[in-house]
Amino acid sequence: MRALDVLSGAIRNSFRSRLRTSLTVIAIFIGAFTLTITNGLGTGINNYIDTQLSSIGAADVMTVTKPQEQTEQADGPTEYDPDAGSAISADGPPGTTVLAMNEGDLESLRAIDGVVSAEAVVSVRPDYIQNGSGDRFEISVGEAGESPDLVAGAFEPGASETQLVLPTDFVEPLGFSSNEDAVGSTVTIAVSDGEGTQHELDATVAGVQEPTLFGSTALMNDALTSSLFDLQQTGVTGDTGFASATVRFDDSLDAAGIDDLKATLVDEGYAGVTTADQLGAFKAVIDGIILVLNAFAIIALIAAGFGIINTLLMSVQERTREIGLMKAMGMSGGRIFGLFSLEAVFIGLLGSAIGAVIAMGAGTVISSVLSNGLLEGLAGLQIIAFTPLSIATVLLLVMGIAFVAAVLPASRAARQSPIDSLRYE
Amino acid sequence: MTSTVLSITDLTKVYGSGPSRFDALKGVSLDIAEGESVAIVGKSGSGKSTLMHIMALLDSPTSGSLVVDGHPAASLRGAKLNELRNRTFGFVFQQFFLTPTATVLENVMLPLVIAGVRPAERKRRAMDTLVRLGLGDKALNRATDLSGGQKQRVVIARALVNNPRIIFADEPTGNLDSATGATVEDKLFALNREQGITLVIVTHDEDLAARCDRRIYLKDGEIVDSLVASPATAEAVAA
Repeated sequence: MRALDVLSGAIRNSFRSRLRTSLTVIAIFIGAFTLTITNGLGTGINNYIDTQLSSIGAADVMTVTKPQEQTEQADGPTEYDPDAGSAISADGPPGTTVLAMNEGDLESLRAIDGVVSAEAVVSVRPDYIQNGSGDRFEISVGEAGESPDLVAGAFEPGASETQLVLPTDFVEPLGFSSNEDAVGSTVTIAVSDGEGTQHELDATVAGVQEPTLFGSTALMNDALTSSLFDLQQTGVTGDTGFASATVRFDDSLDAAGIDDLKATLVDEGYAGVTTADQLGAFKAVIDGIILVLNAFAIIALIAAGFGIINTLLMSVQERTREIGLMKAMGMSGGRIFGLFSLEAVFIGLLGSAIGAVIAMGAGTVISSVLSNGLLEGLAGLQIIAFTPLSIATVLLLVMGIAFVAAVLPASRAARQSPIDSLRYE
Repeated sequence: MTSTVLSITDLTKVYGSGPSRFDALKGVSLDIAEGESVAIVGKSGSGKSTLMHIMALLDSPTSGSLVVDGHPAASLRGAKLNELRNRTFGFVFQQFFLTPTATVLENVMLPLVIAGVRPAERKRRAMDTLVRLGLGDKALNRATDLSGGQKQRVVIARALVNNPRIIFADEPTGNLDSATGATVEDKLFALNREQGITLVIVTHDEDLAARCDRRIYLKDGEIVDSLVASPATAEAVAA
């Protein structure tokens, strides 16, 4: 028997008992639909995080701190160590401190293999932002990453001109008519120095960005950051030390190379965290949730697998005579097995294809409804997204489950003896 | 002199063991020549169906030897066995065993599909065979829509379509009234006469058996009698 005949025979057979096949297909459909939606949810959220990642941090940058060495919890007060350096409070749970870093630390960081540059992370706290003589607004600023997700304009972190990217929610209050209108105009930013004197600095709006996961932050280029910092440090004497340094590493490093670099940093007494690491925690939580949801979908699919076993067993029972006849006519057990297992795989394909198509339709509708409603604040988030790979994975997985389910009934059919099947009652 | 297509020697078949042991065949020897028509006659339980199943390679004997078309059956396995079944045998059953949901043409094509014949060719051959049996206009009907006699002619077409050497017929007229039965018998014997296809008919119908060249009587798993029809009788029946 030709392979094509086995295939078409299997497809034809699955339509013989339409009601039974439809019910099994519905069971598979439910599982496949759920799995596609939950997968889409994972893809959508992780896509969003990736976009955020590229807008807030470059891939070849890590933040390096000097963690305080764990002191043994001893009875009584800890003895003073003059070499330990001074502690600075840092991000993290209340009470988290790191050791202050100085120029010497930067030098030793630059000496590490793979490190391209090491700069102190300076924190600039502008007082306000103003357009011409309009209202003044408080603004928080951050350093730009590699590729901010801009809705208007273009941004070069390395430009010599002082530039910044405005969040969209500042456009209207600052008196611009549109995002495009804001691009290219000059705004004034003010900072106060250590003695309380206020300094003003002009900067060009290079682009406009949707608010990110981290709130609405204006992004500044290196030139603007250093100019503002210099103004802020006016009158401050001496080396104040800083909490962290930005290390730019060789961008040819792969994940293993980055891990090696981190290990080297730990050996030297530092701790390095890339932006991907910071968001990695987010991703891990989301992946965990998606995994649990997927597990439910797979339970539904396994239940549907038993439906397939049932359907096929009945179908083998019904077609006992036919199987006997085909064997008497020289059909091999292997072909009979193929006929029944392909029938199951076809039922699986039918259920999962319908499930995937409807899930894609439903997912697209749901995510567009949500992004205009409940999730409007998270611009650029398409909560459910589909990739051809994840759809193909769902289809193959369901077909695999169907095949496994078919093994018992199909091998029973393949082993059937022709005379037992043809014996008259 | 004609060659032997089926040769069995001292064949036994035992079902079960101990107190439930049942000897279905107790040493049967038989040679069937090419183009011969043989009736195996016996009551139910005489072992005639078991004998037919073993001859058609559907069952294996407990002891004894079977040679089909020069191939010792004991040495046949897997693909070779399946190919021999497909190429050599055609089956006509009392209960038809037609696939009810498929068309007449599809039912007739089944042995060709199993043999792996190309779609266009198998359609043509199945159609030719149906036309020869006077069922050309029924080709696209569902098998269930036919009368008993038509169904049995479809079964004969299916047995015939792959040009077998031997057709095994198990009570071919058992489910038909005598008039239709006679037509079906005529078809079978015509094939035997005109195309030289060997015919092995298992029956308890004496009239049908009498039309065969040879009658083998089975009782309790043994051949009790063997009659060769005189040419005069055979001609008289044929006429």
